[in-house]
Amino acid sequence: MLETLFFDLFAGLSIVAGIGVVVSRNTMHSVMFLILCFFNASGLFFMLDAEFLGIVLILIYVGAVMVLFMFVIMMLEVNVAMLREGFLQYLPLGGMIAVILLVEFIAAANSGVFTADVHATAAHLAQDVNNTKEIGKVLYTKYLLGFEVAAVILLVALIGAVVLVIRERKDAKYQNINAQVKVRREDRVRKVRM
Amino acid sequence: MSAMDMAIQAGIWALEILAIAAPVALSVAYITYMERRIIGWVQVRQGCNRVGPAGLLQPLADGLKLFLKETIIPTQANRVLFVAAPLLSLVPALIAFAVVPFGETSLFGIWGHPHVMAVSNLNVGLLYVMAISSLSIYGVLMAGWSSNSKYPIVGAIRSTCQMISYEISMGFGLVTVMMLAGSLNLADIVHAQAGGLLHWYMIPLFPMLLVFFISGCAETGRTPFDLTETEELVSGYYTEYSGMWFATFSLAEYGAMILISLLTSILFLGGWYAPIPALDVIPGTVWLLGKTAFLIFVFIWFRATFPRYRYDQMMRLGWKIFLPWTLGWIFVVGLFIYTPGLDGIINFWLAWR
Repeated sequence: MLETLFFDLFAGLSIVAGIGVVVSRNTMHSVMFLILCFFNASGLFFMLDAEFLGIVLILIYVGAVMVLFMFVIMMLEVNVAMLREGFLQYLPLGGMIAVILLVEFIAAANSGVFTADVHATAAHLAQDVNNTKEIGKVLYTKYLLGFEVAAVILLVALIGAVVLVIRERKDAKYQNINAQVKVRREDRVRKVRM
Repeated sequence: MSAMDMAIQAGIWALEILAIAAPVALSVAYITYMERRIIGWVQVRQGCNRVGPAGLLQPLADGLKLFLKETIIPTQANRVLFVAAPLLSLVPALIAFAVVPFGETSLFGIWGHPHVMAVSNLNVGLLYVMAISSLSIYGVLMAGWSSNSKYPIVGAIRSTCQMISYEISMGFGLVTVMMLAGSLNLADIVHAQAGGLLHWYMIPLFPMLLVFFISGCAETGRTPFDLTETEELVSGYYTEYSGMWFATFSLAEYGAMILISLLTSILFLGGWYAPIPALDVIPGTVWLLGKTAFLIFVFIWFRATFPRYRYDQMMRLGWKIFLPWTLGWIFVVGLFIYTPGLDGIINFWLAWR
């Protein structure tokens, strides 16, 4: 009973937050709603005994990705009137996709797989099963290749970002911080006998 | 489980939360007092000594003063986020304490085996602490943005850059602890360091201890890294705050400082174990809080000793020194664990082998 209650709480709040992301006028508020949404999603992970995934969701998405998002949005000047332009032009296409998705979700919800009782009766892992260890074992044995490929793709993205950003201007003067840090008192202070 | 049981359980949880939150708030008040006294002592002056005996009532007087001050909200500020920002920075600082194990107790022999004294003895405690402490950025960012003023926004941007940069090296430093302890549970990590001073992780992971503690200084914005709240920025992201909301920010900052000190003691300095096993007759909580108090003293000592970093120096330290250093140490520890011949050296600290 309690579990269903918590599930409804997390699921409901994440839907409300999702609507908030789209509806709120202030982009900063949208970002805050998205963060709330991530929190509730991680709550759902916790209820499925996947505490590692829940925490990692907060650590990566809320702690790192959304901070950078917010950073960019803070710098942007958002013009609401500009955003409204062409609203009617995109409405038919957007509305059609929304309706199709709605029908699909309702069909999926009514298919009998996702009833509230099913969730409540799902077998829980034993108390001593360590979720982190289990994920580690699977990731480094069964799915090793996929895991490594993902790692290489991320590495490529990382190097790409560095390559795009790195440039040294010849006409600018740079400070040599190593030399600055290595400075000792003898280099700067001279004792003068008066 | 009946409704009665649930009510009792909820009551116990509320008491546990109070038993941590109230001492944290109180010790924040007295850390500000100790900070002023210690810095006064370092700088050969008195510090606060007028209110009450030896100035001991000074924190209460300060609290009362802040409480009675008017909270000003600038007209151009975003009201909702302006009010929410101090709470957004205080809440992560407090809820991170939920997984900190304060020791082990068998309640004077009533329980058969010792229980860990933590609100929640989470399996992924270390990750939880990392995740929660990364949330404190939002309070800072929101405060800077919603004030709608130039100094706060510059301060908030500096602060965010600093926190993001140092969080990475902090996280990698913790990976080495996980490699040795073989667990993410904070109580298990302490158990892995049982058996006296030589078993503490500060011996094999000494560089990581330095990285973690210095990164902790940067995370909390303490002195060598307090370029986010300098005079040139008129105290950075909380320029526009006054009264209790201002006090909330400093409560969060000092709370984070206590948390970093606690974590450093738990992860590297043997947690609740005494340096010599014979001294374990003194309760573990005393040892843990003693180590924590010493580390808080080191924070204050730093503040009295070091000049402030420049922005580019701060960035260089985080990205060009700490990050390669931590990555290298992960490699070295991994090499020692899995190379035949070398593993004999590190087996002494490996709890899981």
